[in-house]
Amino acid sequence: MAKTVLEVKDLKMYYFTSRGVVRAVDNVSFELKKGEVLGLAGESGCGKSSLGFTLMGMPTPPGKIVGGSVKIDGREIVGLPEDVLRREIRWQKISMIFQGAMNALNPVYTIGYQMIEPLIYHRGMEKEEALDRAMRYLELVGLSPEIVYRYPHELSGGMKQRVVIATALILEPDVVIADEPTTALDVVVQAQIINLMKKLKKELGLSMIFITHDLSILAEISDRVAIMYAGKIIEIGDSQKIYYEPAHPYTQKLLAAIPRLHEDVDKLEFIPGQPPNLIKPPSGCRFHPRCPYAMQVCREQEPELKEIDKDHHAACWLL
Amino acid sequence: MTKPILKVENLKKYFPVKRGLLGALRGEPPKFVRAVDGVSFEVYKQEVFALVGESGCGKTTTGKLVMKLLEPTDGRIYLEGKDVTDLKTQEEIKAYRRKVQMIFQDPFSSMNPRFRIYDVLEEPLLIHGIGETRAEREELIYKALEMVKIVPPEDYVGRHPHMLSGGQRQRVAIARALILNPTFIVADEPVSMLDVSIRAEILELMKELKEKMGVTYLYITHDLSTARYFADWIAVMYLGRIVEMGPARVVIDNPIHPYTRALLAAVPEPIPERRNIIKELPIKGEVPSAINIPPGCRFHPRCIYMERGLCDVKHPQLVEYEHNHWVECWLAGKI
Ligand SMILES: Nc1ncnc2c1ncn2[C@@H]1O[C@H](COP(=O)(O)OP(=O)(O)OP(=O)(O)O)[C@@H](O)[C@H]1O
Ligand SMILES: Nc1ncnc2c1ncn2[C@@H]1O[C@H](COP(=O)(O)OP(=O)(O)O)[C@@H](O)[C@H]1O
Ligand code: SF4
Ligand code: SF4
Ligand SMILES: [Mg+2]
Ligand SMILES: [Mg+2]
Repeated sequence: MAKTVLEVKDLKMYYFTSRGVVRAVDNVSFELKKGEVLGLAGESGCGKSSLGFTLMGMPTPPGKIVGGSVKIDGREIVGLPEDVLRREIRWQKISMIFQGAMNALNPVYTIGYQMIEPLIYHRGMEKEEALDRAMRYLELVGLSPEIVYRYPHELSGGMKQRVVIATALILEPDVVIADEPTTALDVVVQAQIINLMKKLKKELGLSMIFITHDLSILAEISDRVAIMYAGKIIEIGDSQKIYYEPAHPYTQKLLAAIPRLHEDVDKLEFIPGQPPNLIKPPSGCRFHPRCPYAMQVCREQEPELKEIDKDHHAACWLL
Repeated sequence: MTKPILKVENLKKYFPVKRGLLGALRGEPPKFVRAVDGVSFEVYKQEVFALVGESGCGKTTTGKLVMKLLEPTDGRIYLEGKDVTDLKTQEEIKAYRRKVQMIFQDPFSSMNPRFRIYDVLEEPLLIHGIGETRAEREELIYKALEMVKIVPPEDYVGRHPHMLSGGQRQRVAIARALILNPTFIVADEPVSMLDVSIRAEILELMKELKEKMGVTYLYITHDLSTARYFADWIAVMYLGRIVEMGPARVVIDNPIHPYTRALLAAVPEPIPERRNIIKELPIKGEVPSAINIPPGCRFHPRCIYMERGLCDVKHPQLVEYEHNHWVECWLAGKI
């Protein structure tokens, strides 16, 4: 049995805004095993990126972790002071490919400069050695090592995304969070990047959290899948179970909304309405205003995640 | 045989590229981005014609040419049999715009943030002088909102665009296109910025409007799955040319052009058993710039079937490979 590299329990991260408290991550628990890819999906605004940032120990202001635990390789990181997080955890134990990062590369510095900065800063490496390592990682992601001397505008979108991936891997973290790493890319480039991530997973035994709202892309890479709705994980388990026997009405609806390339679909299903405001989320089951099966109990009491099969949990009163 | 609503013939749009002072001094010839380079197709009433391809292949430029937001470098455009390529007077263009409407990709930036939804919808009515009185216009606005299921309209007309969700905003954009009762709608990536569930909602709505109201669409997308679902016809574009065209199902289930095959192979599908398999992508490299279009078949540097001496020197033509199925490849049917 592979060992657990990441253990998250009852994690809560709220944004304290002037209009109220946004409960973006609310009682989230899951585990990630070594060499495993956990896919995280859900509609825009359900808290996927917020969860990613929280796991990095860096919620965006005005966000604060208000409860729960995050253990990376057995070590608790909630409550660690910022300088310890920066020196010992972030990028070295857990790293993140940020949503839209390839467009955030600094245009005035070379690729090499942007890649070696953390090596010199975190590892106290000499410049030569750091550059050498950057070149090795560029090769690993399928780029020519000379790219260290190039500027971002000289690279295509696919190449920039490869640079961002290499940068996230360069300190050999135990866990990598990839937030929408292929969303802005064209379909061929997107497939090339997914192939790259599969290869890295196999060759480096990477443990990864792969975030996207696109369930088709998620199926291409995830061993396990977690579906988020309004700040909570409402279904989680083995990916084949999630795709073929989805238990939660929300997961079922999301899957029925995908047009298929080789199948004739008469009518796409869609979920009426929109995800709730997380300042005042609905009572009971947060999905109840949009759920076709909502009952009295759904409006009153919140369902807990319940085991419905081996490695398959869902939170719904119907189960 | 019925006549097409829209017909474009050998349409071209070349954008000049700035040479820079040095280039000009050296007497270098001016360069062009050949964004659209000889495109022909027909769209029939109550049908959806999809233009599919990767970014930069010329889809939006084609849409803007059809909308007459750009002047073509060459080629002709016919609407309902009438040549509309050289509309000159303001009057003629205004009349054309009334018949041909556009829905843009970004529901967030396609609306004036200071306008209320009411103003967003009243603007086209005022421009085209439709509705004599305020009451008449209000009725048209409410009807358009009801059509796209923004109900009850009175709850929404006073809001500003930022007070709507992405899906609602895109529905308002559709209402704005429909309010003039157009013959033809150019929809440029209308769902690509939306969540899957909202995407399905908008596609269903556009499909319903086609079936009930007889709307005809040019649907521009990079997503082959939605094209299969929504479109009757698919044309695949590569570097400014249509390289394959036919009924949607034929193009997707029996693709002939190597580029179409590569695009299809790359589409992710929700089938988790394949997660540990590295996907075969029958294509090399990335799209070259539209300034330096390769000689011969413009796809040849990326084609795994490329035949030296033929593909890299002679340009293939789009030919009818089988009934209604057009392909631009020297080796069509042989690979
Ligand atoms: N810095 C912030 N301050 C206040 N609220 C925030 C902040 N960042 C995010 N939120 C809110 O928290 C919720 C979750 O946002 P998050 O960015 O995690 O969503 P997401 O699932 O990643 O969405 P997407 O798919 O659009 O990237 C949303 O309601 C969002 O508006
Ligand atoms: N106004 C313009 N000036 C110069 N080049 C342009 C202009 N508009 C588009 N292009 C170029 O034309 C090509 C096709 O662009 P576009 O039609 O937007 O493609 P798509 O919509 O398929 O992504 C691209 O190379 C693009 O950079
Ligand atoms: S708990 Fe009730 S409202 Fe929530 S998903 Fe289940 S049936 Fe629907
Ligand atoms: S003409 Fe030649 S290079 Fe072009 S697509 Fe056909 S086989 Fe490939
Ligand atoms: Mg996000
Ligand atoms: Mg475009």
